[in-house]
Amino acid sequence: MNLRPEATVFELSSPGRCAVSLPKGDTPSYPLPSGLERAGGAALPALDELTVVRHFTRLSQKNFSIDTHFYPLGSCTMKYNPKANEVAAAMPGWTEVHPLVGDEGSQGALELIYKLQSYLAEIGGFEAVSLQPAAGAHGELAGVFMIRAYHLARGDAKRRKILIPDSAHGTNPASCTMAGLETVTISSNAEGGVDMEALKAALGDDVAGIMITNPNTLGLFERNIEEIARLVHAAGGLVYGDGANMNALTGVFKPGKSGIDVMHFNLHKTFSTPHGGGGPGAGMVGAGAALAPYLPGPIATMRGKAFALEMPRSSIGRMKTFYGNFGVLVRAYAYVRMLGAEGLRRVAENAVLNANYLKALVEKDFPVKYGRRCMHEFVAMGDIAEGIHTLDIAKRLIDYGIHPPTIYFPLIVPEALMVEPTETEDKESLDEFARVMRAIAQEARTSPELLHAAPSSTPVGRLDEVAAARCPVLCYRG
Amino acid sequence: MKIDTNARYQASHEYARKEAAASGGFEIVVGISDHAQESLGDIVFVELPAAGKVLKKGEAFGVVESVKAASDLYAPVSGKVVAANEALSGDPSLVNKDCYGSGWMIRVAPTDPAEWNALLDAAAYEKEAGKE
Repeated sequence: MNLRPEATVFELSSPGRCAVSLPKGDTPSYPLPSGLERAGGAALPALDELTVVRHFTRLSQKNFSIDTHFYPLGSCTMKYNPKANEVAAAMPGWTEVHPLVGDEGSQGALELIYKLQSYLAEIGGFEAVSLQPAAGAHGELAGVFMIRAYHLARGDAKRRKILIPDSAHGTNPASCTMAGLETVTISSNAEGGVDMEALKAALGDDVAGIMITNPNTLGLFERNIEEIARLVHAAGGLVYGDGANMNALTGVFKPGKSGIDVMHFNLHKTFSTPHGGGGPGAGMVGAGAALAPYLPGPIATMRGKAFALEMPRSSIGRMKTFYGNFGVLVRAYAYVRMLGAEGLRRVAENAVLNANYLKALVEKDFPVKYGRRCMHEFVAMGDIAEGIHTLDIAKRLIDYGIHPPTIYFPLIVPEALMVEPTETEDKESLDEFARVMRAIAQEARTSPELLHAAPSSTPVGRLDEVAAARCPVLCYRG
Repeated sequence: MKIDTNARYQASHEYARKEAAASGGFEIVVGISDHAQESLGDIVFVELPAAGKVLKKGEAFGVVESVKAASDLYAPVSGKVVAANEALSGDPSLVNKDCYGSGWMIRVAPTDPAEWNALLDAAAYEKEAGKE
């Protein structure tokens, strides 16, 4: 990693320099209406092309990425993305097909969508799948819309409440609120699962459904999932499954067979496409028989021997222009085909094995609140010595060349440190992480100042997050 | 943990303190407990309802955000919001510095005085918060 400080483009600017010389325009210019033109210049930095290239290349060398560092970011499944996926997604047949070419001119692309839909339906145990949503929370929103549309179609408008366990992803209540419904929080029991008595007390004829994450954000499998689904169905509600943690289950457990009516998978996590920089994602939704007609569309279907796009019968409509984030779909397709059923099963098995191996090593120094066997991730606590907080542990990890895990989430574990190693790390990387965590635990007791000052190896040290949030300065002032 | 013994509390860490209203009768001053501000850490943003909003007990009435987490605020009693502490939008750190005083959040004209009586008293809340 390039650790030298980098000047901003404004500091590198030198008046009169210019990267590109544009040819003189061959159309007449038209003056803007008076009053719209700015008085001075645009105050853009003036740089030559090579300076620009070097500046941004150096910035890129400061990246922490899955291709350069161990990245055990809980809840985010930062696994390795095979480069073969990139080759597949870059094929001109995919990249150069115009989205308005029509079904006849895009049979190959439609075939890929059709087959990926059917693979994902098989993996999840769903009746049908839509690849429209562009991210996990987008899939959640689609699912809540579908649940609402289902109740409205039955003339049942009073179901406005969605139950959400307190171990769910934070996006669940946000999706529910965005869909115009009301959130009711269900507490967890002593072993980190849904409190069944609290669930029973909350059920009624005003409940549209439940949103449940399994494994939940504690990294624990919800053992009562079938009973939860039965109770919610008996009360007339539907079950939404948050599939962000599907990496623990592929090829082993089909959520659609456990009573879940609609669910999203994050193709950009579980199905190995690059993510984490806010780049394009894909939050496909799968549905069982009750909700399949409400899926967002269009979805791919077969008419005779040809592939075609159509809207499901009672579709909630589009969630996105065109066909979802198609490049992500190509990568997911390549990944499923490379691994096959057996490979996908081993993904889940190794993800769970790696997490439990690491948990056993790390929990000696960093206690795990809900200590039963975990799935693909575990939640430890970082306040292990006087004056030491999880934030200090996270910042110190940077000095050791490791991306910090997710911290302070889930909220039900104080000082949470959420570690997800994924299946793509070998034993040596896991052992190294455990060694570093042990070293940091030692430092926390003997030289806490090292942790409070961390990171000390980076171009900028500990950032004042409080000042940044309270008084953000959003403009460069030279 | 500092505790205001004149206030009552709910398990979700809001306090509710009876104060005389200018118009006679009493109002309820609502904020978060010292234990809550301590666990949240440096508070960077507080979102509160406008005066006039009618709240039901248990309903989310606002949001408090720290660098660690964003948490909903739940109404300890039902009633109409008489005032919200506007100073918090300019200086949310008041909640950290003086949660029972200048860091108050809303004043509510309660509709059911029995709700206040049913809240946890200081000793019961201290016991509850100590479990975490």
